[in-house]
Amino acid sequence: MADDHHGPTVRIYLAVFASLMFLTALTVWVAFQDLGMFNDVVALGIACTKATIVILFFMHVKYASRLTWLLAGAGILFLLILFAFAMADYVSRGWLGMPASHYLQ
Amino acid sequence: MAITEQDVQASEDAPSVNYLNNGYGLKSWLLTKDHKRIAVLYIISISIFFALGGLFASLVRFELMTPEGDLMSSDTYNKVFSMHGIIMVFFFLVPSIPATIGNFLVPIMVGAKDLAFPRINLLSWYVYVVAGILGTIAVVGGGVDTGWTFYTPYSSTYSNSNVILAAMAAFMAGFSSILTGLNFVVTIHTMRAPGMTWFRLPLFVWSHYATSIIMLLGTPVIAITLVLLMLERGFGFGFFDPNLGGDPVLFQHLFWFYSHPAVYIMILPSMGVMSEMVAAVARKRVFGYEFVAFSSVAIAILGFLVWGHHMFVSSQSTYAGMVFSIITFLVAVPSAIKTFNWTATLYKGSIVYDTSMFYVYGYLGLFLVGGLTGLFLSSMGLDIHLHDTYFVVAHFHYIMVGGQVMGYLGGMHFWWPKITGKMFPDICGKISALLVFLGFNFTFFPQFILGYMGMPRRYHVYPEEFQILNVASSLGASLLALGYLVPGVYLTWSIFKGPKAPDNPWGAKGLEWETTSPPPTFNFEETPVVTEEAYQYGQIEEH
Ligand code: HEM
Ligand SMILES: [Cu+2]
Repeated sequence: MADDHHGPTVRIYLAVFASLMFLTALTVWVAFQDLGMFNDVVALGIACTKATIVILFFMHVKYASRLTWLLAGAGILFLLILFAFAMADYVSRGWLGMPASHYLQ
Repeated sequence: MAITEQDVQASEDAPSVNYLNNGYGLKSWLLTKDHKRIAVLYIISISIFFALGGLFASLVRFELMTPEGDLMSSDTYNKVFSMHGIIMVFFFLVPSIPATIGNFLVPIMVGAKDLAFPRINLLSWYVYVVAGILGTIAVVGGGVDTGWTFYTPYSSTYSNSNVILAAMAAFMAGFSSILTGLNFVVTIHTMRAPGMTWFRLPLFVWSHYATSIIMLLGTPVIAITLVLLMLERGFGFGFFDPNLGGDPVLFQHLFWFYSHPAVYIMILPSMGVMSEMVAAVARKRVFGYEFVAFSSVAIAILGFLVWGHHMFVSSQSTYAGMVFSIITFLVAVPSAIKTFNWTATLYKGSIVYDTSMFYVYGYLGLFLVGGLTGLFLSSMGLDIHLHDTYFVVAHFHYIMVGGQVMGYLGGMHFWWPKITGKMFPDICGKISALLVFLGFNFTFFPQFILGYMGMPRRYHVYPEEFQILNVASSLGASLLALGYLVPGVYLTWSIFKGPKAPDNPWGAKGLEWETTSPPPTFNFEETPVVTEEAYQYGQIEEH
């Protein structure tokens, strides 16, 4: 345990900070480019990358015990459940072709 | 009750210093890190909110005595039922058992000196108090009228009431429960006494473990959802408003992703209380211990997959509705397992006819009705008729009040001697349980019929033919209120005048009964070593 518990060094913190700043700038720049259907994909991709960096280094998960990994993983799994079931609704709303589903179009 | 000899015994054995007399100043309470004192702080604070929420409930019931809206305007009525719901859910039911009885017992039951993070535990109480103050400001400063569900677009665009303040209060109350859940998970994983394996844990601990999982995984979602709501309302971000590219039904998805699991936050802890009490009442090991333990975890996990059953008549797709409906039927299975197993535990037990038994029987009956009517509502076709009627109101009150509040009160009676070191008069306990049971059914059973006949919820003007049942319900509510007031009186009395409690007044099994009443600050004189499974009530011969 004691061994896994050393945290990130100041150097790593600075590197993380720099990459977060860079990704933020990138987000802003990308927002002004028209990538068609990839607009959202790219924006969300950058956001997820930033979240991963924060979780791994700032929140020390990279250095934590396996139980912590399990709990962090569970959080992500449940987030995916939220997305999957909610999307299942949006995707299948039009299937019946009834008035209620026109509302979204 | 043959207290006297044991009583003398107890006072001789008791170490002179326990958690209650270890310091008297206000500071020794407000800065305490002792989980037992924090539990007491919580008991006092949630009681205040229970009273406040109850006040709003009585206003609702007063108004509904007559078909006309004569006591208050429609706007006021909207605020009154909203504040009843918000206070009861976020400030009473969610913390009710975990933060009080759970806080007190989880460390003792696993044989630990305290929770893993005592300071975080105290912090959770302060966060709760700040949330409570915010909530009170929202109430006093004009109220909020969105219902406890905060549905968009009403809450984000149209309501003129204190939505942001109330949402902020609920948001903070959520953080307090995240902190409690975190503490429980870490404590149960890392601080069990020697010999306390997972399958020797009392079922109370299992159910609190499951509750904590929901608190940790679900509460952040409601927190963020409320932030989105505040951003849209305050700054015009377009998450839920179709004019800004949002979708109001998205709010319902996000809200119920937390709030359906949250209804299990509001029932699992009382299931844990019941497991302990059933075993003590029947003097038997809980039938099918492993099944009861795993059913708690199953509820916690499956509970996250059913939220769409609140949205059958929103614009949710019928196909998604079908999936949610089927999974909802599945989630009733673990609840049924528990109910069957408690009943099987009573079977051929040597039943003790004390206050605990009254509460156990009451709980079983009310939870059964609540759970079974849930199945009516899970059927998509029937729900089109029943959705947003009084049937739904009756359904969830049978579970949240008949279940959780009954479990809370039962548990408070069962562990009262442990928490306060004093005994209450058994006959009073029985009378209060009876009053609550009768008053409750009298209040809420008519609402099933009203809902089935088509009376919608959240309206204060209704057709005349609904009056008789509404009057019955309001009269029942007075009886129920009496049932809640009476324990307040004799339990308070017992603190000052009640006979001293022996260490194990009910002859129950469990580590908490092996330490003194009230326990010393660090719970045990020396760390207990566990050598047997839970509920070894001795062999009762099987026929
Ligand atoms: C036994 C399994 C259960 C089933 C199958 C079930 C099913 C349902 C369904 C389908 C609804 C939606 C009705 C509608 O709005 O038209 C509902 C509403 C509700 N249920 Fe349950 N339920 C169950 C257990 C619980 C439990 C354990 C609780 C709380 C402790 C609970 C609390 C609620 C609440 C608060 C609502 C209404 C929320 C609102 O609209 O304000 N239910 N239930
Ligand atoms: Cu639900």
